Amino acid sequence: MGDLIQIVVAKYNYWIYITLMMIGLYAMIVKNNLVKKIVGMNIFQTAIILFYVSTGAKRGATIPILEHGHDGHAHVIHAADYINPLPHVLMLTAIVVSVATLGVALALAIRIYNRHNTLEEDEILAQIREK
Amino acid sequence: MKILGLIIALSTGVLLICATVDFPGWADPASPASTHLSPHFIEKTMEETSVPNIVTAVLADYRGYDTMYETAVIFTAGLACFILLRIFVREEPGDRLYRHVLTGVTVRVKEGAKLPPSEDFERIDATWTPPDLIIKTICRFLIPFIQLFALYVIAHGHHSPGGGFQGGVILGASIILLAISQDLRTSVRRLREKLDAVLCAVGVIIYAGTGALCLLLGLNFLDYSALASVLHCDPVTARSHGILIVEIGVGIAVMCTMIWIYNNVSSTGKYDEGL
Amino acid sequence: MSQQYPALLVIVPLLSALVISAAGWINKRLCFPIAVAALGVAAYSSIGLLLRVMEEGAIVYRLGGWDPPMGIAYYVDHLNGLVLAVVSVVAFLNLIASKKSIEQELPDKTAPFYALYVLQVTGLLGIVATGDAFNLYVLLEITALSGYAMLAMGKDRAQLSTLNYLYMGTIGACFYLLGVGYLYIVTGSLNMVDIANILPPLYESKAVLGAFIICLVGVWVKMAFFPLHAWLPNAYTHGPSAASSLIAPLVTKVMIYVMIRLIFTVFTPEFAFNILAVSKPIVWLAVAAIFMGAILALAERNLKKMLTYIIVAEVGYMVGGAWLGNRAGMTGAILHIVNDALMTLCAFLVVSNIAYKLKGYAFDDLKGLVRKMPFTMGALVIAALSIIGVPPTCGFFSKWFLISGAIQAGQYAFMVALLFSSLVNVVLFFRVIEICFYEPFSNDHGHGHGHHPEPMAEAPLTMLVPLFIVAAGLILVGLYTGDIVNNIIEFAIPKSIV
Repeated sequence: MGDLIQIVVAKYNYWIYITLMMIGLYAMIVKNNLVKKIVGMNIFQTAIILFYVSTGAKRGATIPILEHGHDGHAHVIHAADYINPLPHVLMLTAIVVSVATLGVALALAIRIYNRHNTLEEDEILAQIREK
Repeated sequence: MKILGLIIALSTGVLLICATVDFPGWADPASPASTHLSPHFIEKTMEETSVPNIVTAVLADYRGYDTMYETAVIFTAGLACFILLRIFVREEPGDRLYRHVLTGVTVRVKEGAKLPPSEDFERIDATWTPPDLIIKTICRFLIPFIQLFALYVIAHGHHSPGGGFQGGVILGASIILLAISQDLRTSVRRLREKLDAVLCAVGVIIYAGTGALCLLLGLNFLDYSALASVLHCDPVTARSHGILIVEIGVGIAVMCTMIWIYNNVSSTGKYDEGL
Repeated sequence: MSQQYPALLVIVPLLSALVISAAGWINKRLCFPIAVAALGVAAYSSIGLLLRVMEEGAIVYRLGGWDPPMGIAYYVDHLNGLVLAVVSVVAFLNLIASKKSIEQELPDKTAPFYALYVLQVTGLLGIVATGDAFNLYVLLEITALSGYAMLAMGKDRAQLSTLNYLYMGTIGACFYLLGVGYLYIVTGSLNMVDIANILPPLYESKAVLGAFIICLVGVWVKMAFFPLHAWLPNAYTHGPSAASSLIAPLVTKVMIYVMIRLIFTVFTPEFAFNILAVSKPIVWLAVAAIFMGAILALAERNLKKMLTYIIVAEVGYMVGGAWLGNRAGMTGAILHIVNDALMTLCAFLVVSNIAYKLKGYAFDDLKGLVRKMPFTMGALVIAALSIIGVPPTCGFFSKWFLISGAIQAGQYAFMVALLFSSLVNVVLFFRVIEICFYEPFSNDHGHGHGHHPEPMAEAPLTMLVPLFIVAAGLILVGLYTGDIVNNIIEFAIPKSIV
């Protein structure tokens, strides 16, 4: 039992974010409304970003900006004092990509709405089949 | 469909969670991610790039190639919204509505007739609502300070959290605030569509162009130490300056793309009234 | 300058796309020449790079001057070099052939379309050349976004089909990103060669297995491997002709390259084939893909949609061939990347010629077309022969390698699927050719006054000349298959695969 609690405490961040990802994935597959699918996509991508950022944490370390950066004389820099900067860098890119995809998806949804006057996918398909 | 979605989501979740069995624990300082590459970044950034903000150094120098494509992604999104939504409508024949600014009187001008050109009349649409005086005035005061803060964020990306993306978004937000607090026509008058679109491309060209300049000066693409001969300093400082130049490019590109996307999406391409 | 080919390959198109976008607001006529020049430089650099690789072996290009794994590195070996050359040449020929079609279908937005076209090609070339796993994700997203924007410019159902493509594409890219994240957590590195060096002691761990499966599923979604193929037929059919003829030959093949790169370089073949036991189920899935693609193609009465189902079947060929686990199968898969790109380009250029001149490409519209467009129909016949697999066109040789690989691996179901698919292709194309060649020409295009013979209304020369080059290329590549296999593909496959 103590063993199990150890494992949960060590890994619960990954599990929470995976659950969020699956909520987003479920919404994308199951929902009928186009905007709800876009929201699900956003949840999915945000959960991945949180997943990555959580892997950069380090016990007892501070943000990755060097104190005494330009002091002129050498300060010894210990890697254990600063958290891992690489996941933050990767996720800056991922955030921008998710915003870009959101923009294009919304533009497409606007075009579809202007044409069909509804955002429910089954109604749109019914309208297309009638033509 | 719901059951299929549930099965897919559950099985993927179970697969992912089972794979975390072998992960290092959360915030473990001895994990492979914390001991392989990041010690080099943390310890050597100052002596190789002289930029104290390690995230900026990695973003714009060590992995600068990725960041260039990230800027290209945001540019592509702006271009995509433009090509999907923009409708170049000819002025539709019919009555036009004008509003006299000082008195608030609405004037309907019939087709073919013209108003004498004057600063006192502004063009409105049938769905126009008067902007609230308090909001309009406060936003007019706030916008310059927001822009000043954005420039501060871009310039201090080397020393504090910040950089091109963050500053660019704040700059874009200031112009979008103008569009929201007044109307879209006012902000388009301040920053014309053509200038906005060209600046957007220019921002990314600054980034890629700096890299190409390094290529032409003899070193590899995006190797900022080649700029030492142009900027008359040592290679390490040249890297710091190179990072600043590309951050400015990124800031310009992001600002203009945010405004471009907002203009196209809020007016669904017609550039009339907006929200 | 030849040292800088790997950089020129992507930088010249990227800068040109930006210049086209800015120049489009000033003078629209500048856009096409800039685009052609950019893709010409890219094609020249990629062929030069391939020749350099054939002489010197694998090339590593350090971007930003940093050594990998600290910085990002391009890693170009025989496999990349071949795919780079094919991608850039196909994109270049397609651009020249599509000029008139773009001007007809999108008259007021040609400049942004050219910019998106060149951005898409930049993304594809970058995906093939890169040696860094996260860089691949960013380039994947550039390719995808510009693809969505281009495909959504069609008429009717284009926007809904593209939105569905967007959902599936985002799921695929996010799965790939998750896989890279898992790999990063257990190895600490993002560079492909570096990960391969760190991984061997970790092969038994569940995290690596999970990473492999999730990366693979992500790449399968993006290449439309059965059963994740539902987005492809609609998205490619309803897009504008120029966009379909760029995206259809290239995007799925580049994704197959990514899968092969994951197998060769990141997770070595020893892990993928020997330690994991998934080869046989994947080959069975490929068999199902081929059968489904063939049967669904039979049900279609629209030429363009039929071709998209054939693409689904072709993806099945390549995935099955790669997972057979032996040298012949892998050679067949890599050779088929080259051949299928050319065959699909030829077929889609024919469709785009037909769409330029007629109002549609359903079977009813194609009656008696040979009298009006004989050269286009000739190219269609050559493309059909290649897809069916008739020597000396190139399609025959890749099928030959795939079948001998299947026999060698004992996967007789795969061999049966390949032969069945060839027979179905015969039926499909003979049906089309019969309608085009032997049906009387229908007079409902508004010119029916009396019974004089219809004047030939062939597509313009800028559309015909690239079509001829591609059709001739199909035969030439077939004749030179031995050289390609012995000098390039032989070195692309690691020695550990027999």
